[in-house]
Order: sequence, then structure tokens, then C-alpha cells
Amino acid sequence: MYQFNYHKPTSVEEAQALFKAVEDGMFLAGGQTLIPTLKQRLAAPTDVIDLSGIAELSGIEVRDDRVSVGAFTRHADVADSAEIRRVLPVLSALAGQIGDGQVRNRGTLGGSVANSDPAADYPAAVVALGATVYTASRSISADDYFKDLFETALEPGEILSRIEFQCPTRAAYRKFPNPASRYATVGVLVADFSGDIRVGVTGAGPCAFRATALEEVLREQLSVEAVETVEVPDAGFNSDLHASAEYRAHLVKVMTKRAVADLLKA
Amino acid sequence: MQISLTVNGHDHTLDVPENTLLVDVIREHLKLTGTHVGCDTSQCGACTVHLDGRGVKSCTVLAAQVDGSNVTTIEGIGSTENLHPMQQAFRDCHALQCGFCTPGMIMSAIDLVENVGVQTNQEVREGLEGNICRCTGYHNIVQAVLQVARAGTDQTQEN
Repeated sequence: MYQFNYHKPTSVEEAQALFKAVEDGMFLAGGQTLIPTLKQRLAAPTDVIDLSGIAELSGIEVRDDRVSVGAFTRHADVADSAEIRRVLPVLSALAGQIGDGQVRNRGTLGGSVANSDPAADYPAAVVALGATVYTASRSISADDYFKDLFETALEPGEILSRIEFQCPTRAAYRKFPNPASRYATVGVLVADFSGDIRVGVTGAGPCAFRATALEEVLREQLSVEAVETVEVPDAGFNSDLHASAEYRAHLVKVMTKRAVADLLKA
Repeated sequence: MQISLTVNGHDHTLDVPENTLLVDVIREHLKLTGTHVGCDTSQCGACTVHLDGRGVKSCTVLAAQVDGSNVTTIEGIGSTENLHPMQQAFRDCHALQCGFCTPGMIMSAIDLVENVGVQTNQEVREGLEGNICRCTGYHNIVQAVLQVARAGTDQTQEN
């Protein structure tokens, strides 16, 4: 790991001021991606700005049909939260499948969503649950948030503060985990908002997206059989040593079918 | 930079470079070499310690991040004369072969039993996903964890 300066601000304003003042700063959340990246020298910031000291970035709040989760909330806390389990159980179930236990004890919602790893789990929930991403100065709708591989609507130096998820009538998340890393080779979250169906896909493309063709047929008929009628093209899908684009396209349908089956059982 | 932390009940104040990992503080500065470095890439879990009571991979935590925290390593849970129940269970079940993964396995297993509340074979296997045993001696490891998890339940029922 290269040498860097370390800062631990106690407010978002201070963190943003630091980012502007230093030569090449990076924000550190739970560090479960950034620290391995630094160790491999794939990133070499002059300054690391640790966000763990900012109290306002933590916390879970349930209001009517929405759940607001602070960016610094760790995966284990989302998985274990009695409040989230009560009103948005699919989010707890998804958080409980991220990485492994030790990673879930450190990794954070904001870190995952700001990084936008194509194989991360949370992005599927952000798009399928019609979430709103909040920063200090603005809100970004889920549909406008994910841009490309590791690229989001966040501006340099902008800090994700919280994410507000809408609670569907029912929902289910299924993923095909990479057997070694537990990253999603493909993950699909199907959410039913009183008949309005949203399908969020992660792992398949450069970033999470809504599978609108699947949403349309599932709005007509919410069944496993309906999924079979949809063609999922593999154009633009990821291809690597774990899975070809064609296989990922196949997995999108399989995971959607499994999620729909789970959702109908619930 | 200066950091202060409590390790196995002892307070330490250390001067370390900003890019020092927690595992290096534990092994190199405090000479507590029971915590192992297996892969150094956050996969194997041999470096697992408890940070404020929860299992974390100390090769993927900066020492700077844990300034002011409470750390427990394998050396802090029991002694040769007075083994921790999880260490005793690993001994009883012969839950090790080469022993390299064992400190991390035990620290994860304690977190699982105390904080996650595993009870079944499947829950233990899923709970230990972050720890790799390259001797593939998982069967007896799972038995050992279950022995402690079930003993805990029995005690609760008796009380």
C-alpha cells in the first residue's frame, strides 16, 4: 500500500472541505473494497478521508411506506434490524447475503452504492425499490443514479448521505453468488407495488438496471411462466472468467423466475 | 500518527504510519502472532479478530480506523489452563488439521454463536463462509461450533 495522509472529519461539510483542499482525496466508508484496492495499488490517493466519524451518516428511520437508511449503516445492521425486517424484509434478506459475516460487520450501504460495483447486491434494491439517493445538497432518483461501470450520478467530492427505499406490497431477491466471493454473478430483485412491478438486476451489466421487458409481462401476469415468454438479450452484458454474457442473460431469467416464485409464496 | 486501542484488555498507544493495517499492529507491533495472515486479500478469514465484539478481517481494516476501539485476538479469549469453550470444543472435536486457519475460525465461531445465534449445521456452514480451511477440515469444525451453540441453548433452557 502506498503512503497516504489520513483524515477523520466529524461532519459532511468538513469532509467536503478536506476533499477540495487535498491533491487527490478518496472517501473511506467500511473499506471492504477500498482497502483491498489500496493494497493492490490499484488506487493511490494522496489523502484518505474516513467518513466513520460523521454521526449524521448513520441510522435507520421508518416513515409510513418508506425506509431511510443512513449511508454509513453497516450491512450486518441492515440484516439484523427488527424495524427493516418488519416493513422491508427483502432489504434485510439481501444485506444478509452480501459477502461474508466479517465483510458485513464492516461494509456499508453508502460505500456499496457509491462504488457501484457491477456485482454488488444493494444496487438491485436501489433500482427495484424505487429508491431516492440523498447527498448533502440534492436527491437523485434511482433511475438516474447508476451510469456505468463504477460510475454514478455522484459528482467528485459529493457524499452519499442516505438512501430512502419505498416499501413494496411484497418482494423477493434471488442471486447466483460467485462461489468464492459471494458477489452476485447475477442478482434480481422483483418488487410488487400493488400491481406495479419493478425488476432490478445486478451483476449482468456494467451497472444495475431495471429489466423493463420483464416488468411489462409481469404487470400483465405475475407468474413464473410469464418470465419464460421474455427474450433477455445479452448485448452489453459482462463477460469474464466466471460467466459469459450469454450465460448471464440466461441467469437473469432464472433468478427472476426464482424471485417471482418466492414472492408468490410470501 | 498516534493511535490508542485496547487489545485483550490492555491499553496501548502506538505511533504508526497512516497506511498500517490492524493486523500489522497486532502481529508486528504487539507481537501477538496468534492472528494469522493467510491470503492478505480479504478472502480467507485467518486474520479474524473481534472489533468491539464483532468479527472482522484485520487485514482489511486500517489501524487508523480503529483508534479508540476494543480489539480481542485469539490470545485474549482463554489460556492453556483455562480454554475458552470454543477452544475446548475444537479440541474435543479435533476441529483442526494443520491449524493455520484455527485462530480465525475460532474468533468467527464465537461471533456466530454469541451474536448471530446459529443453531443448525446449515447456519454454521453459511456463517463460516468468510473463513477458509485449506485442509478442508470443515466437518469437525462445524461439529465443534454446534457443540458450543447447543450447550448455550441447553444452559438457557435450564435457567
